[in-house]
Amino acid sequence: MAWEVVIGLEIHTQLATQSKIFSTAPTAYGAEPNTQASLVDLAMPGVLPVLNEKVMELATKFGLAIGAEIGTTSVFDRKNYFYPDSPKAYQITQMDFPIVIGGQIDIDLEDGSTKRINVTRAHLEEDAGKSLHGEFTGQTGIDLNRAGTPLIEIVSEPEMRSAKEAVAYMRKMHALVRYIGISDGNMQEGSFRCDANVSIRPFGQEELGTRAEIKNLNSFKFIEQAINYEVERQAYILESGGRVIQETRLYDPDKGETRSMRSKEEANDYRYFPDPDLLPVVISQAFVDNIAKNMPELPDQKKQRFIDELGLSALDAGILTSNRELSEYFEQVANISKQTKLAANWVTGNLSAKLNKENIEIAAAPVTAEMLATVIQRISDKTISGKIAKDVFEAMWNGEGSCDEVIEKKGLKQITDDSAIETMIDNVIANNPNQLAQYQAGKQQLLGFFVGQVMKASRGKANPAQVNQLLRTKLQG
Amino acid sequence: MPIIEKEEVIKVAHLARLAISDDQVEAYTQNLSHILEMVEQMNEADVEGVEPLANPLDSTLRLRPDIANPDIDREAFQAVAPSTEKGLYLVPRVIE
Repeated sequence: MAWEVVIGLEIHTQLATQSKIFSTAPTAYGAEPNTQASLVDLAMPGVLPVLNEKVMELATKFGLAIGAEIGTTSVFDRKNYFYPDSPKAYQITQMDFPIVIGGQIDIDLEDGSTKRINVTRAHLEEDAGKSLHGEFTGQTGIDLNRAGTPLIEIVSEPEMRSAKEAVAYMRKMHALVRYIGISDGNMQEGSFRCDANVSIRPFGQEELGTRAEIKNLNSFKFIEQAINYEVERQAYILESGGRVIQETRLYDPDKGETRSMRSKEEANDYRYFPDPDLLPVVISQAFVDNIAKNMPELPDQKKQRFIDELGLSALDAGILTSNRELSEYFEQVANISKQTKLAANWVTGNLSAKLNKENIEIAAAPVTAEMLATVIQRISDKTISGKIAKDVFEAMWNGEGSCDEVIEKKGLKQITDDSAIETMIDNVIANNPNQLAQYQAGKQQLLGFFVGQVMKASRGKANPAQVNQLLRTKLQG
Repeated sequence: MPIIEKEEVIKVAHLARLAISDDQVEAYTQNLSHILEMVEQMNEADVEGVEPLANPLDSTLRLRPDIANPDIDREAFQAVAPSTEKGLYLVPRVIE
């Protein structure tokens, strides 16, 4: 039986602040355990939370970026549960009056179309600490450095219909939060992670099926795998006449399966109420307007500009704007070299392949935008051919110097002198009488063979267009 | 007829991690029912057009600038903890 898959995502994004949401403890990653847990984070008696103003600014920025309504009066609530990584025995979050209401983003589907995914809401909350199991016999170690770290939880409508759509949405959101600089989006460090609500229903049925919530997915690969596994699992249950139970599940990447988190079940009664320690937060229209005024260009706007003003294809523009650093690198290369199309090809081609292969971020690339722009200039002023340029790029990547230094040192300058090329052509023709006879008898496709031989003789340095033209003349006899 | 059932009292006590004995359940059920009856009277008030109130103080939250203070005395904070090791607080094992 074919089932319709229904997915909604809750993305937890760590906001890029220096201090925590309700305390002055630092938020830097990787500190010694509990050296960033203040009295407030430890929930010592008598302490009170004081809200970080930066958090309001970043959340507002996010709301504006997705076209949402900004909750100019928002309220913090307590979500009550007992777990040792949350020493207050409640999490401060927002229930009825979140900071961001509604909004939407458009995701690109595989068939080239786009799909709009609506955001229900996004609210501010504090992160919990970290539990370390296994190291201590019969005990669990607690590190509260993370406790109180500011998060914005972005809740989507259940509008995604496949694991691929869910990944596309997550990637788009990831690019967006990094573009506007509200989060570093570091998934290894837990700055960007999501819970997926997954259910299935027969096609055509209005009513939603019973969902399972898969917790704490922190890679694009795991989200896709976890959702696909979960869909299979639910389909198997329903097709065997069973019923899906609503529960929280955890994805085990080693086994490639989701399993029930029974411990979370009984806690699912959080008894929310407004936190009496925190008054309602009111932000002014001027505050919102000021953030709107200083908003950077958003990925979709930039993509459209690349298409309209630079004449790039939608595909290239999409790849180049998939992250902010890549788009800025490309713009720099294009501006210096004045060769938009070549710049796009190099950045989406050779450069991206190299970054992928070595698994490094663009900021760490040994070939800077200026260096790549010079390569492109040397192609367009015919100093080197496109093929030789790849060798130059490789040499620059390996630290062998600037573009012009590499060309000079390795003697890669293109041969554009007609007489030099003609000499090479004459040699090639003299050495291949059989192919010459066949060509002259009408086997025109042998032109490619001759071009190849001449290029080889020049060790790739002859200008291919000139070789082509001169060869045609010579071969006619 | 109590508004709240015994089972709910037991559940709420469990959620709040309160230990109540079987013979206390009846008394709590009565007491909580009385409280809820009193609260129930408020439902009769006409609140048409009244903004929900999140806090009785006629004020809004003051914010602080985003400045981190790294001055955290872990040793002093952990002196009152029942058990610590390698900088971690140790608690009875939590099975996941």
